[in-house]
Amino acid sequence: MSRIHPRIPLGASRAGTSRRAFLTAGGVAALTLAVGCTGGTAEPGARAGTPGEGTPRRGGRLRAAFPGGGANETLDPHLANLFVDVARAKALFDKLADYGADLAPVPRLAAGWEPNATLDTWRVRLRPATFHDGRPVTAEDVLYSFRRIADPARAFRAKAALESIDHAASRVVDPATVEFRLKLPYAEFPNVLAAFGAYIVPAGADSFERPVGSGPFVFGSFKPGSSLLLRRNDGYWDGGPHLDELEFVIAGEESARTNALLGGQVEYAHELNPATARVHEGRGRITVLRLRNSAMQGFVMKTDRPPFDDRRVRQAFCLIADRRELVDGALSGAGEVGNDLFGKGYRYYAASLPQRTQDLARARALLREAGAEGLTVTLDTAPAATGFVEAAGIFKEQAAKAGVTVQVRIGNKDTYWKDILTSGTLASYRSGAMPIESHVSQRLLTGSTTNATHWRDRDFDELYRQIQSTPDEASRTALYERMQRRLHDEGGFLIWGFADWIVATANRVRGVATNAPANTLDWARFDKVWLG
Amino acid sequence: MSADRGRPARRLLLGPVQIAAVVVLIFALTEALPGDAAVALAGDQPDPERIARIRESMGLDRSVGGRLGAWIERLAHGDLGTSLVSGRPVADLLADGFGPTLVLAGVTVVLLVPLSVGLGVLAARREGGPVDRLISALTAAVHAVPEFALGVLLVTLFALELRWLPPTAVGTDGDLLGRPAVLVLPVVVLLSRPVCTIARLVRAGMIEAMASPYVAHARRQGLSGARVCWTHALPNALAPASQQLARTCDWLLGGVIVVEALFVIPGLGTVLVDAVAARDIPVIQGLALVFGVVTVSVNLVADLVTLRLAPRVEVAA
Repeated sequence: MSRIHPRIPLGASRAGTSRRAFLTAGGVAALTLAVGCTGGTAEPGARAGTPGEGTPRRGGRLRAAFPGGGANETLDPHLANLFVDVARAKALFDKLADYGADLAPVPRLAAGWEPNATLDTWRVRLRPATFHDGRPVTAEDVLYSFRRIADPARAFRAKAALESIDHAASRVVDPATVEFRLKLPYAEFPNVLAAFGAYIVPAGADSFERPVGSGPFVFGSFKPGSSLLLRRNDGYWDGGPHLDELEFVIAGEESARTNALLGGQVEYAHELNPATARVHEGRGRITVLRLRNSAMQGFVMKTDRPPFDDRRVRQAFCLIADRRELVDGALSGAGEVGNDLFGKGYRYYAASLPQRTQDLARARALLREAGAEGLTVTLDTAPAATGFVEAAGIFKEQAAKAGVTVQVRIGNKDTYWKDILTSGTLASYRSGAMPIESHVSQRLLTGSTTNATHWRDRDFDELYRQIQSTPDEASRTALYERMQRRLHDEGGFLIWGFADWIVATANRVRGVATNAPANTLDWARFDKVWLG
Repeated sequence: MSADRGRPARRLLLGPVQIAAVVVLIFALTEALPGDAAVALAGDQPDPERIARIRESMGLDRSVGGRLGAWIERLAHGDLGTSLVSGRPVADLLADGFGPTLVLAGVTVVLLVPLSVGLGVLAARREGGPVDRLISALTAAVHAVPEFALGVLLVTLFALELRWLPPTAVGTDGDLLGRPAVLVLPVVVLLSRPVCTIARLVRAGMIEAMASPYVAHARRQGLSGARVCWTHALPNALAPASQQLARTCDWLLGGVIVVEALFVIPGLGTVLVDAVAARDIPVIQGLALVFGVVTVSVNLVADLVTLRLAPRVEVAA
């Protein structure tokens, strides 16, 4: 999730947040989700506010402060990289589907989808919707948008997510139906429709100075790096927004966002520190909201090189971690403990596996068996995400109790994710919300592009292929459990926690969903918000 | 005197050389940073193939010398190039950021001179008295507080508790002069350190000047104390202060980075921080040029002023 903030030494308060909020691996991420073979539906997120929030009131302007970065000078939704980019893109554009709170895809511009028997051809039916200029959204627009993202000459973020589609063979069936041909069977193809950045733009659109989308808000004015003003789209297919106007302002410093909110200059502030949240929670001046399960926090062990090519060493490290201490120390308690598996609370998560806890005696025994007593390991970290450097320091202390020497090496935050992909043996890691299937396909298969644990296993790849060739959801669930059991037992991810994403609003703001991990449909969804 | 006449001319010629050196040095330093714009943009999705494609589309696959050469060639035609990240012309980016930063720095300098000279002269004329001791203690204390901490403190007190002033510049869209209340806290933070430094220099210079033979001579001429102070002693006392003032202008470029981040002012400091994080070389180069020209010009003027105020003072160019 993200990076925000200028990384200049502005003093202690900048505690390691990174300035750009990335949405995936280090940030919040998004890619695809899993859904059954029919259109999924999801419980709408719980909406915050007092029990008697009452009837939505129409009117007013909501100003929302987000961290930004130099790159957010564009409104091209396919270039979205940071949280603010996504928040702006979803106000102006729609995707075919989006993620529910459990990261299962929910139909949006798509009214539904059906696969063929072999799961390698999918028909997606569009609902009636129009772009801001009055043109209907058609199958042509959908194909154009996906082909633009997949253009080999460009480097759009969602390109990897659309890798499964054979774009040349996909076709328009009729104006309201698209047929996607896939390279392989893909039971969870609807995840692709909800993929991060897979917005539908009008056919032919390639300039976004004055963006035209189908989303709940219409473009007003844009001052790059400073503010974007949007107006209500009364004709929105999902019901017009309550707000007359929505303004996004960029404020890289967390303290500046908080101050602007406290001073009444904005009504919504995205991404606050846990310490700030604790100061203001229950004081009545502003409303603090915690979006649970938004960011996985952990360490990655490279499974293809010593010492972590021995599974007993990996198991020992998982037993060294005191998860509660890491959550309390590195996240100031704003989160919950992890069980070395990605996707707590998401669809297909293997909640039945026992929670791992610290067991130093067992860890020492495993290290002894592996001939790795008195081991010394370098842990790579950087202030690339909140809590990274703190967590590394805490883990170092914990490892010392098991006779393991951890040397913390602090690298460059701007190049961190690339640096740890191939180098080193142990590194801090985090990930935004995405379906478990996306996490597996992007990071755990032999051909995965961001396989930071270097987990390359034929049987495991085969299991993934088997899941994606299985039409029946109950059978898929069982296969997922098998897959996660294996990862839990000997994988290279030490996942110690899941961080809350903290946002705050003025007290008169109503309708902000809290059951919405960052990156899901109901997160930063301003069409459902009103000013009381 | 004739030897002195060549000094300003030599000093003038040095400026362009310094600017060119700054620009090349900044380019080399940015190149030396780990990673490049493609890596920074790929962020947490560092798929090697994707990075290669971004690199290609940005033209980063060309040699270092080739890229610097191309940049200089374009510059010769008055073109600063385009941002690697957003594709916007660098000149536009700089123009957008220049206004707010100029307002901040301008207001700061305009207030800085009377404030610091006034405090310094006041302290010098009451040398050893309670006023002098109070000013000296205060300037030492304020100078010790980092800008970021001072800014947080002032915002908490005056904006959030007393609600006299807006906590940030959110909503002004860079039009600071239209909303002067927004300027108060940022300018106070920017003034805090240089006022202290220059006031102390002026005080020291004044005390020295007041004890000098020519001031004693002016007194014997029967001139009033005030007249002696302001027309005879002060110009000599100002020579070191004017050079410090020039250095303050350099420092302001750094100070605005902190202040802009703290108060959400979309100026050059913000552009710089973003550009460095994104390894957006054309933008960094454009900024280096602007900062280089400003710094060299300001120091040049300061040196010439110093020569004028106190021709006997050696100027270290």
